[in-house]
Amino acid sequence: MTIGGLFRRIDRALVAATGCIVVLLIAGALYDRNFLSPDYLLQQLQVAAFLGVIATGVMLVVLLGHIDLSIPWVVTIGGMMSTAAAGHDGWAGSLAIPIAVASGLAIGVINGIGVAYLRVPSMIFTLATNAIAQGLMVVHTSGFAPEDHATPAMHALAVERSILGIPNAVVVWGVIGAGTVVVLKRTTFGRRVYAIGNSERAVYLSRGNVRRIVVACFAIAGACSAFAGVLLAGYSTKAYQAMGDPYLLPAIAAVVLGGTSILGGRGTYLGTVAGVVLVTLLQSMLSIMQISEAGRQVIYGAVIIVMLLVYGRSAKVVS
Amino acid sequence: MTPLLRMEGISKRYGGVRALEAAHLACARGRIHAVLGENGAGKSTLLKIAAGVVKPDTGTIELDGAPIALAGPAAARRLGIASVFQELSLLPDLTVADNIGISDPPTKWGLIDHRAQRRLAEAALARVGATDIHPLARVRDLPLSRRQLVEIAKALARDPKILLLDEATSALTAADVASVFRVLQKLRDHGLAIVFISHRMTEIAELADDCSVYRNGRHVSTFVAGSKAPTEIIEMMIGRDYSSVFPSRSPRSPGPPGPPGPVERSSDPPVLKVTNLSWAGRLRNIDFEIRPGEVVGLGGLDGQGQRDLLLALFGALTGVRGSVAVNGVNVTLSSPQSTQLRGGGIALIPEDRKTEGLMLPMSVRDNLSFAALDQLSRFGFIDQAAEQTAIASMIQLLRIRADGLDGPVAELSGGNQQKVVIGKWLMTRPQIILLNDPTRGIDVGTKQELYQLLHTLAADGAALLFYSTDYAELIGCCDRVLILYDGAIVRVLEGDAISEHNIVAGAHNLATAAQPAAEPRPPGRPA
Amino acid sequence: MTSRRATDTRYWLASQRGPLLAAALFTAMFALFVVEHPAGLSANVVNTAANKGVLLALVAIAQTIPVLTSGLDLSVGSVFVLSNCVASSLVAGSPGEVALGVAAVLACGLLCGALNGLVVVIGRLQPIIATLATGAMYTGVALWLRPAPGGAINEDFADVITGSLGDRVPFSVILLVAVVVVIWIPYRRSVLGRAAYAIGSSEQAAYMSGVPVARAKFVAYVLAGLFAAIAGLVLTCLTYSGEANALLGGSYTLSSVAAVVVGGTSLYGGAGGAIGTIFGAFVLRTIGDLLFVFDIDPLSQPLFLGVVLLIAVSLGSFRLLKVKKRLDLYR
Repeated sequence: MTIGGLFRRIDRALVAATGCIVVLLIAGALYDRNFLSPDYLLQQLQVAAFLGVIATGVMLVVLLGHIDLSIPWVVTIGGMMSTAAAGHDGWAGSLAIPIAVASGLAIGVINGIGVAYLRVPSMIFTLATNAIAQGLMVVHTSGFAPEDHATPAMHALAVERSILGIPNAVVVWGVIGAGTVVVLKRTTFGRRVYAIGNSERAVYLSRGNVRRIVVACFAIAGACSAFAGVLLAGYSTKAYQAMGDPYLLPAIAAVVLGGTSILGGRGTYLGTVAGVVLVTLLQSMLSIMQISEAGRQVIYGAVIIVMLLVYGRSAKVVS
Repeated sequence: MTPLLRMEGISKRYGGVRALEAAHLACARGRIHAVLGENGAGKSTLLKIAAGVVKPDTGTIELDGAPIALAGPAAARRLGIASVFQELSLLPDLTVADNIGISDPPTKWGLIDHRAQRRLAEAALARVGATDIHPLARVRDLPLSRRQLVEIAKALARDPKILLLDEATSALTAADVASVFRVLQKLRDHGLAIVFISHRMTEIAELADDCSVYRNGRHVSTFVAGSKAPTEIIEMMIGRDYSSVFPSRSPRSPGPPGPPGPVERSSDPPVLKVTNLSWAGRLRNIDFEIRPGEVVGLGGLDGQGQRDLLLALFGALTGVRGSVAVNGVNVTLSSPQSTQLRGGGIALIPEDRKTEGLMLPMSVRDNLSFAALDQLSRFGFIDQAAEQTAIASMIQLLRIRADGLDGPVAELSGGNQQKVVIGKWLMTRPQIILLNDPTRGIDVGTKQELYQLLHTLAADGAALLFYSTDYAELIGCCDRVLILYDGAIVRVLEGDAISEHNIVAGAHNLATAAQPAAEPRPPGRPA
Repeated sequence: MTSRRATDTRYWLASQRGPLLAAALFTAMFALFVVEHPAGLSANVVNTAANKGVLLALVAIAQTIPVLTSGLDLSVGSVFVLSNCVASSLVAGSPGEVALGVAAVLACGLLCGALNGLVVVIGRLQPIIATLATGAMYTGVALWLRPAPGGAINEDFADVITGSLGDRVPFSVILLVAVVVVIWIPYRRSVLGRAAYAIGSSEQAAYMSGVPVARAKFVAYVLAGLFAAIAGLVLTCLTYSGEANALLGGSYTLSSVAAVVVGGTSLYGGAGGAIGTIFGAFVLRTIGDLLFVFDIDPLSQPLFLGVVLLIAVSLGSFRLLKVKKRLDLYR
């Protein structure tokens, strides 16, 4: 595969994802004129921002060749910790967001240690930490829906629009995204992330600190998930049980549809952005058209498969 | 007599690279046919086509005069074509018996008959003299030399008509090689046709009946073995004048003059001083030092701790006892990162370039700059201009040939890939360079370039520690050779004392230098 | 001759280390459970424990087979739920109709598995994401079949599956053993079954050795669908109804992966098997029972489960302490 081929491969994902977005927009507009209104599109971007923040962390982990199945309950922890801290007067209240993000970061670090130092396969280790996170939250809330409310700051971040009418959530996503792009393209850290996805062994023998980088990526993923939980809690002004569950499959799908290989070592953030927008639009469209849940699931799955058949196929084993 | 296997007009392209262009090959029954050529000459591809692993773009293959079309490896096997490639086709998690019987196992009532399969495996192993391998052992637990034997046993188990071997003996011990050669010769006498690729002139001299040379994907010449001199053959392979392979280093090697002047034995303090190094019973009380400009070789039989010593000096082992001092300062080598030291540090050219030296899907550029990233960046941000300049000069220095430097390094030939690995490390300006069998599987032309490079590096003041399974290399490149036996240094050879005879004697831990053997022994592999 | 048999046994034991450990663990845990349970080793206690364990064991066997090929099937839970819905509609009426219904359920599982196989083998999509997507589709079909919980099953049939033989041995366990003997063991000893291990060990080497890679992978996913369907049938026998419970399906999918790992099968493929997985599944189920028997606060149970799971999967890391060559830690 020459550089042209490589470009074609990644571009293909971006082109296909963008093309699909355009198709969805047109189809939506045909169904309901309001679909293309700026207001509606901005609202879609706002919803996409929540998924986008989660997908950022997922992408880093997937680039390494791993996966993070602890997203559902780390998101929930983010929501519940921030609202719980908000319930306290004084300094705890103003630190609601950092506390939540720190909780997510901590779980991410544990994930990283399990995967990098204990060498447990990431799928199974993050599965276990997800169960522990759930257990912690069940204990914390005694099984009930928490009564705590989000802080005004959280609400402002998630819902309000400050700059040029663009939702704050989108701006936040943009900032996080820009930072991620810089890190991936311009830093030694980013270069090594891609390399680890290609060959851990070669990176180790080239003086790369593989373990620390893996822990860092899982930590960032945990922080992103928790932060998304904060935003979600801000959006609905409260946290609720299993609020992170609906985001696991879409996050993975968004990353993969954006051209990131599930095996690691390949992918662009722009592709992930396209994937996130695609998934969000698809879900919105399906609910607008009032297709039954059954139909939505089938279409959702079918779209992923068809898209991947276009640009997500592995090479043949035969030379 | 009609050749058993005849390939005509074979062409194969991989993207922009022409692997084979109208190449042909013919091998008769009861003949051993050696295939020679540089890396990139197309030899492996030709054999892979004959084995059904690769499909040719054009050309025909005839078996006993009848044209055949090979749909895949299974089809080739069914026609009686067995093959052994450098990338072993063994399944590491399965047993030896399962591996030998993997295709077309004996069955009973539709299920695999394990008992019959085991008998088959035992017979196959006995045929190659591998009676020490238990059929129920997992291949993963066997050392590489045993695995290669199992691979050969597996190929022979089906009584093939044609046997294709691509560097099939590269990891075998000398005793195994002799044993395998005997088997091959016996089978040849019974009518088996054998086509084999080897970079070792000694093997070819010993085994081959006919030879074919290829260059740049084309057939150059076919002749009866022994009818052409080795230098003539090498010139056919590289297509240019072939003078001394090794740059002269000291008065001990007469011959055509190489690069200017021998390297003076410096009296500077040692760059590397290893004292009482021990590890896990596999390295025992290793003591030696290397001065700037010295090339020290590690010799001895395979698996006596040479590779472990290199890994220990690179920080890839735990529980290492003893001390290592660089420039007089003790260092703790707890990880490869700790090899980054003031003055240059320690570099390791690893054993397997594809899995340990390179990130295959990444570009040549990204691979080259990878180990030096910290030096090419500020506060974690890569200085792109500095990076590109450093890369460009390294490519020029090493004369790395690649159609697309932005293309994946997987597309380069073996020799060029190894150059990328070395270039990656040279960019860190190392003071000590460890080399783990760096010329394994590399063509003659690139080998020559590498020897020259090593000589230049030493002349510039680096200290080199060089493990090689090729005696000619140790004799030609090294100032001193440390012979390891069972993890300890049993013999140190210097200057004129570095000879094939002494290396062999030391390798077998023979205390006195006995008389040279009666029959002339060609240089290269141990006795 | 005896020394040869001794070496053979030694090699066999070494290769079965994972499943043997899981079996030992389960035996210890179950013994503890029975000792501490107020009702002791009564038929009811054993039966209930068995039924829950068998359900997860069947789904976990379904997961094991693609994992052997170093793949994954994240749709097993969905096929499980879908089969439950199909069974609740069709396994009713006369014995003949019941037999047809059962055949239909199994066919549904085979079809789902075949679709998975097609997407992975011919589509060449990565199994983890492909089966995630097909799983969503199967859940959708289940929802379409049963928008609300309902349906029924021939009660005589159901009682057979959930009863006990002579009030001692649960039929579900007999079914599990029968399924292993009739399907798994012949598969494991067949060319295609061994091919699955070969592919998981090294797909490239398997191809070069002439192993039928495409066919073996396809069959692996088809079998996964079959086992998941059998599990769905058993579920219907237990609940007497069908419900398109996506959450249940998801939970079973993830638990099946955990059971596979605890049972000693490597997620990288090439080693392991259904027998170890069965014990892994039973270990997981018994943890919950043990927590109940020791009167752990129900609110703390999910946390306990999570911690135990974490410890169980991290146990394998102890062998890392023995590693003297750090390089070997990196694949």
